[in-house]
Amino acid sequence: MTHRGQQVRELVVPGELLDDTGRLKPGFNTYREGGSVFATRLGLKEVRGDRVSVIQLSGRYEPMRGDFVIGTVVENGPSNWYITVGAPQDVGMHVNDVPWRVEFGETSKYLAVGDTVLLRVVHVDELRKVQVSMKDRQCRKLEGGITLDISPSKVPRVIGRQGSMISMIKDMTNTRMLVGQNGVIWIDGAPQDIAVARRAIETIEAEAHTSGLTDRIRKLLEDARGRSYEEVRAERESERRQSGEDEGGDGGEPEGEEGFDDSDGDDDPEDDES
Amino acid sequence: MGGKKPEGMELFKDGRRIDGRRPDELRPIKIQAGVLKRADGSAYLEWGGNKILVAVYGPREAHPRHDQDPVRAIVRCRYNMASFSVSDRKRPGPDRRSQEISKILSEALAHVVLTQLYPRTAIDVFIEVIEAEAGTRCAGLTAASVALADAGIPMKGLVSSVAAGKIDGKVVLDLSREEDNFGETDLPIAIVPKTNEFVLMQMDGHLTDAEFDEALTMASDAAHTIYGIQKRALVDRYERAAETQASDEEETERGHEPDEGSEGGY
Amino acid sequence: MGENDVVSEIKKDHIYALAREGRRFDGRAFDEYRPIRIQTNLIQQAEGSARVQIGDTDVFVGVKMAIGEPYADSPKSGVLTTSAELIPMASPTFEPGPPRPAAIELARVVDRGIRETKTINVEKLCIVEGEKVWMTYVDIHIVDYDGNLFDAASLGAICALVSAKVPASKHEVGEDMPMPVDHLPIMTTGLKLGSENAIVLDPGLAEDQVGGPRLSVSTDENGDIRAMQKGLVGGLTRNEVKWIVATGRERARDIREQVIKATGFSLP
Repeated sequence: MTHRGQQVRELVVPGELLDDTGRLKPGFNTYREGGSVFATRLGLKEVRGDRVSVIQLSGRYEPMRGDFVIGTVVENGPSNWYITVGAPQDVGMHVNDVPWRVEFGETSKYLAVGDTVLLRVVHVDELRKVQVSMKDRQCRKLEGGITLDISPSKVPRVIGRQGSMISMIKDMTNTRMLVGQNGVIWIDGAPQDIAVARRAIETIEAEAHTSGLTDRIRKLLEDARGRSYEEVRAERESERRQSGEDEGGDGGEPEGEEGFDDSDGDDDPEDDES
Repeated sequence: MGGKKPEGMELFKDGRRIDGRRPDELRPIKIQAGVLKRADGSAYLEWGGNKILVAVYGPREAHPRHDQDPVRAIVRCRYNMASFSVSDRKRPGPDRRSQEISKILSEALAHVVLTQLYPRTAIDVFIEVIEAEAGTRCAGLTAASVALADAGIPMKGLVSSVAAGKIDGKVVLDLSREEDNFGETDLPIAIVPKTNEFVLMQMDGHLTDAEFDEALTMASDAAHTIYGIQKRALVDRYERAAETQASDEEETERGHEPDEGSEGGY
Repeated sequence: MGENDVVSEIKKDHIYALAREGRRFDGRAFDEYRPIRIQTNLIQQAEGSARVQIGDTDVFVGVKMAIGEPYADSPKSGVLTTSAELIPMASPTFEPGPPRPAAIELARVVDRGIRETKTINVEKLCIVEGEKVWMTYVDIHIVDYDGNLFDAASLGAICALVSAKVPASKHEVGEDMPMPVDHLPIMTTGLKLGSENAIVLDPGLAEDQVGGPRLSVSTDENGDIRAMQKGLVGGLTRNEVKWIVATGRERARDIREQVIKATGFSLP
């Protein structure tokens, strides 16, 4: 159903009939029974091609292979750690899955209770047991800055198409940001800049599925910065080109900072979208 | 149930009940979804004089360990009445009645929740009766269903619950306090409107076969009406989410691939 | 995130760093309360009831009354009992079961805040000396925990009491009367966030999770101090204590006005 270019998506509840023609295949958050497709979750009905899915609007994070997530260490074992990532279960990480050589009983020397870490989900088995690793070059303990928790269903909106939204926020606030698929966002920079970035993200979370959001966020950032995004982006681009020419230059943002904004579910974390 | 009626009390007068309702009429029902901040999902319901708050947490780690089921999530419903919810103050803490109700409500919900998607975890449903006026288990289950949907828990369908009964020899729907106290029969049920399966049924009193049929039909029809109210509560909560702009702003959604062989699988 | 009580170091460091600069994570001033909402008389089955929200912390309080025997050592006084339930719905970290020490402390502090302040004129709740008195049960139900349970619970209790009616006619011992409330003590809580003099009133959840120690103070309509409770591990300097009392007293005045407006109550 369209109305002046705006598409109103139908909100469906669990058990609701999505299609009884038999022509649509069951997509995300649906099930097929007797030739018809039904919703399993509360969400927005969406038809793409010959598939009908439900875009979920709420619910805990469910780990998927390849996801980068940000979690907090809750327990040290002699050769493992337990880390909470907002999923139905805490994840265990073994000493074999970290880049350091950890002696038996010395796990707290590397990661202690309360530490925040960037991890990668490497495997989820049929029983939903999750294996995580820090072996990926991007993974590390995070220090300084702040973390925000948003609903995992809003993460794609924060990242934006091809990372456009998050790049805009980072450029305009001069902050470093990492977005975990589990809805945890880490932001580091000067306190006033962190505050602006935080406001932008909180606004996105509150208004994720409304229209005109990108424009509103841009305005919020421009008002805070006192400059237009056009200007700032042009400046950044020339900075990046410049430092690319310099030998051993600082190069602006640390390598890999761009990596996690990838919203296509691409496995390669180093896809630099800018 | 079956208490001694005060002298001269008529539960029926000119085809109407004490509160003016017709035999097959529901008390007024209002439901709001997403009312608590900390819980994963929540609902607040008013039904006649009942005021009920439900919170859902999960799926989450099931503690203690020995409660865990290796192949599915356990659904733990805890029905509790606040001390001030009833006329004679109730001592805090679960009594045997609350424990029994908790069990049958857990079982009703476990039938619709896709528990096999979350082995070893627990889905906790907390039902608090803030004020009680007959039919709290039906009201609680109805609200719990909304709270579970609000929490994004995958289910086969919602559960809608209501009681039928018999007063002064006549089959009626949704007993009020006096009718519950002085009537002859109470029949709480719950169905999954999508399939019309019964997931809860209890009865005490006296019904002929014909009266039972009449009561079941009356209750099932009402359950479908209640389903409409439950859905409305969820739509109202998320209606802003339903507006979007189909254009370049369309972001890539990350969802979950259906499992292999989604025929009847999830 | 998560059912554990573990808080990330980043969160703690951030809140402490903000506090050193005189700021809070939600932008409030150190002595600023979140919006307070009060509703009374919402539960017909109870003789008195209130729902109080401070920010997103949400509390229901019911007052029930019954007739019973007085304590032997106070034959002319009504009996007051307070209970608090940190029901599991309020937080992923609250577990079902018998009350934990935190819940017991909360109930007892709120109770003392009412009893020791002689908020209720228990002599007026005597029916027959030595035989029959009114038993007043104040039951506090925390349904959503977003920080500062002490102030929310005690405010809820006070509001439920001032709006309560003694159901004498139902029990055939006389005419109904309003609960005899003589004072309006209001509790205000301060929490220390790391550095000296970094004390905030009405701690939000994030602050509650990382801060300590905590000092709750009840002041009455004359500005006098009627009850106090220090909780959690840590030391407070004399100046810090004075600040909490003085600032609390001012905030209590504002809150008291709000109670009077919301309930229509006036002090005798």
